[in-house]
Amino acid sequence: MVPPSRDVPSAAPLPERVRRRTQLKFPEVSELDVVRHYTGLSRLNFCVDTHFYPLGSCTMKYNPKFAERVASLDGFTRCHPLLPQLMGGGMLAQGCLEVLYELEQLLKEITGMAAFTLQPLAGAHGELTGAMLIAAYHKARGDRRKYVIVPDSSHGTNPASAAIAGYEVVVIPTGRDGSMDIDAYRRSLSPSAAAVMLTCPDTLGLFDDRIAEIARMAHEAGALMYYDGANLNAMLGKCRPGDIGFDVVHLNLHKTFSTPHGGGGPGAGPVGVCEKLVRFLPISRVIRRPDGTFFLNYDYPDSIGYIAPFYGNFGVLLKAFAYILLLGRQGLIEVSERAVLNANYLRQRLKPLYDIAFDRPCMHECVFSAARQARQGVRAIDIAKALIDRGCHPPTVYFPLIVKEALMIEPTETESKETLDAFVEAMAEIARLAETAPSVLRDAPVTTPVRRLDEAKAAREPDLRWRGESMP
Amino acid sequence: MSGYVPHTPDDIREMLEAVGVASIEDLFSVIPPALRPRSFNLPEGKTEFEVTEYLARLARKNATHLVNFVGGGFYDHFIPAAVDAIASRAEWVTSYTPYQPECSQGWLQALYEYQTFICELTGMDVANASLYDGGTALYEASLMAIRATGRNRIVMDSGVNLIYRTMLRTYTSNLSIEFVEVPVEGMRTSRDGFFSKIDDRTAAVILQNPNFFGTVDDHTDIVEEAHRRGALAIQSVYPVALGMVKSPGEMGADIATGEGQSLGIPLSFGGPYLGFMACRQELVRQMPGRIAGATVDREGRRGFVLTLQTREQHIRREKATSNICSNESLCALRAAVFCALMGARGFAELAQVNYHKAEFAKRVLTSIAGVSLACDAPTFNEFAVRLPRNADEVVYRMFDRTFACGFPLGRFYRGMDNFLLVAVTEKRTREEILTMASALEAVL
Repeated sequence: MVPPSRDVPSAAPLPERVRRRTQLKFPEVSELDVVRHYTGLSRLNFCVDTHFYPLGSCTMKYNPKFAERVASLDGFTRCHPLLPQLMGGGMLAQGCLEVLYELEQLLKEITGMAAFTLQPLAGAHGELTGAMLIAAYHKARGDRRKYVIVPDSSHGTNPASAAIAGYEVVVIPTGRDGSMDIDAYRRSLSPSAAAVMLTCPDTLGLFDDRIAEIARMAHEAGALMYYDGANLNAMLGKCRPGDIGFDVVHLNLHKTFSTPHGGGGPGAGPVGVCEKLVRFLPISRVIRRPDGTFFLNYDYPDSIGYIAPFYGNFGVLLKAFAYILLLGRQGLIEVSERAVLNANYLRQRLKPLYDIAFDRPCMHECVFSAARQARQGVRAIDIAKALIDRGCHPPTVYFPLIVKEALMIEPTETESKETLDAFVEAMAEIARLAETAPSVLRDAPVTTPVRRLDEAKAAREPDLRWRGESMP
Repeated sequence: MSGYVPHTPDDIREMLEAVGVASIEDLFSVIPPALRPRSFNLPEGKTEFEVTEYLARLARKNATHLVNFVGGGFYDHFIPAAVDAIASRAEWVTSYTPYQPECSQGWLQALYEYQTFICELTGMDVANASLYDGGTALYEASLMAIRATGRNRIVMDSGVNLIYRTMLRTYTSNLSIEFVEVPVEGMRTSRDGFFSKIDDRTAAVILQNPNFFGTVDDHTDIVEEAHRRGALAIQSVYPVALGMVKSPGEMGADIATGEGQSLGIPLSFGGPYLGFMACRQELVRQMPGRIAGATVDREGRRGFVLTLQTREQHIRREKATSNICSNESLCALRAAVFCALMGARGFAELAQVNYHKAEFAKRVLTSIAGVSLACDAPTFNEFAVRLPRNADEVVYRMFDRTFACGFPLGRFYRGMDNFLLVAVTEKRTREEILTMASALEAVL
């Protein structure tokens, strides 16, 4: 492709010593060839628009098309982020600032938190931000605390985020009923505990009715409560982390608020806090003046500082804002109701076929175990691959780690009963095959462009880039 | 009803029967009454038309008429239509991390290609599949260097974007990491500063090229000094500049990072953007984030997977190299498509167009009485000029004349109130440059 033309006289070349020596080895192909290549590649992907995608914990719901259109409006995409940091420049970005301000108000009300920062660029980035806010809070009180408590069913990001924020990690086992072992939890609390990081409902899809008690115990020990909002899709209008007593909350807008996952991002992970943590939030913050205009305020001396270059993944925030406005109060409540209905329907229909990890009513997802099938030599991974041949994206497998041969299924609210019934049919057929012809399942998938791949070889002999003469 | 939930009343009745409860509310009976929302006072839903109209109205409240000469690490580049056309396909947009490779080969190959483009640009051996942005990429690179060397002192050029320097300090405030900043000399990396600050406790030096003032440098001597003292060299780079500027690999750097926004990603008020990272082969197991790799399937056919996953949080938990999970895949795809469309010649020409337009603007602006070049070092597509008065006020007054004429350096650097940083991308025409110059002359 030819870039815009050089409509100016040529200047002296860049001095030799700072000039690139090696030529780029990019392919030289026509636009059609590029379009055909990437269109061809795209068709090798399962996606929500083409396949049922019950990937547990990821909330692969339908992403409304209008939000994409709104986020691509020139008035938003062309706005330079430094503009409002220039004298008088805030008035030239009032539309963007209003989006940020209003979205923060909505998230506050949805969660019951006192304030939000929209800056974290993904869920795990929100966790890190939250852990830093917690550290700032304790530090300001002259309270040196050493570790963060997480249950063994937690997302891997929880302990990883706590660790890179400078904390040690104490892991609490899950009891027989699928809930956190409360005695072990009690023993873990001490004046060195900085925070307890919980997902609610947890990664087993279960709501722990002792949650208020768990929060009370943490607070008595001087620890803060951190809410991993990955599973908020079950809670809209039913329960708010702020009301339970959580002090810090992150939300995954690309889950509950339906911004597309884009093959692994961009996401957005806004963090909400209770009143006593507001002064530590990252700068800048968007403030509304009495005349209804908006400005960026940087004047927060206790702020932890900058966690992102600007105001967050604005394009993603905009899509979530559009989604919340469209659904409104009743629409959001309906999201959680139907998500929970769909998950319980699958739980009930699949129960005769597969072992359920913990047999209790679930929230937005349910976790099965392929232990029964494993006795026939059919593992969770084989079931996953067999589902691909049947036109379903597999559930999350082998997570949470505490369930053997885990199959974590999250249908989301946007799937119809017909789709769920078809999934149950596929799972039933696979369960039958596990009894009668297990080797067929171990050979799956057979309908895909490649069969099972040699992951050990990939790790042993890393081939991470094309090294040929021209590109693939 | 939003239209996004599909259940008919009959469906709901049948499903409730199957579950064995009387109502949907029964499914939530596990939540005690005391924990029910104290308030859920949100506006009622609106139609798609109403929401679209409202947001279009907000979009119009932003100034899109301004001719943009503001850069500061984030640039107004042209985006070919084919980038949007390809990247808006649902197969990319509505899928997730390719955990199941057999039904995600498109994503895995695209990320492998992206990694190849980043390696080519930076002159490094290996790249990961993306990080959040240029700032978090620089932070991850610092942690990599600290792990790799077992040292904890970072020596950083003050020519690194202030936004990134501030982010690094925020992220490491609870870690035992010592940051030493080396002030620029005449807007260039100070050799004396670096040579006196790098010591045997130094884990890494952090450099930026071009630096925040637009100055292009050859950091080979500093990289060599770092290596001599057992430290690593990290360079944050501007990918479009790499079409003509000496690459981090050519300078011997160990880790290259940067902001990939200039590769086909719109400014969008600060995100989503694209953090990229590439490094030498020996450091690959210290890298954060996803990495796509080639392998073979059972029948010996070539295919792609996510690899070296034992570095990552979903396996290693608190011992992972990073906590990153979701990254910026869709932006990485845009970057790959952008590079593929440009080709080697197009990409090199793109860099040349930026360079020559900026050089032209440099000449035109410095011919205005009272305006002089701030520094005579070579620059790529951004440069600093000294104005006869406060640059903040000048920028403010230029808004009325439809120009965002640059970034006032006094905002980021003390004592630079009269300096203006001007970015000129391939999108700025000769006409726009000349009109901006006359407007500036009138304002001064």
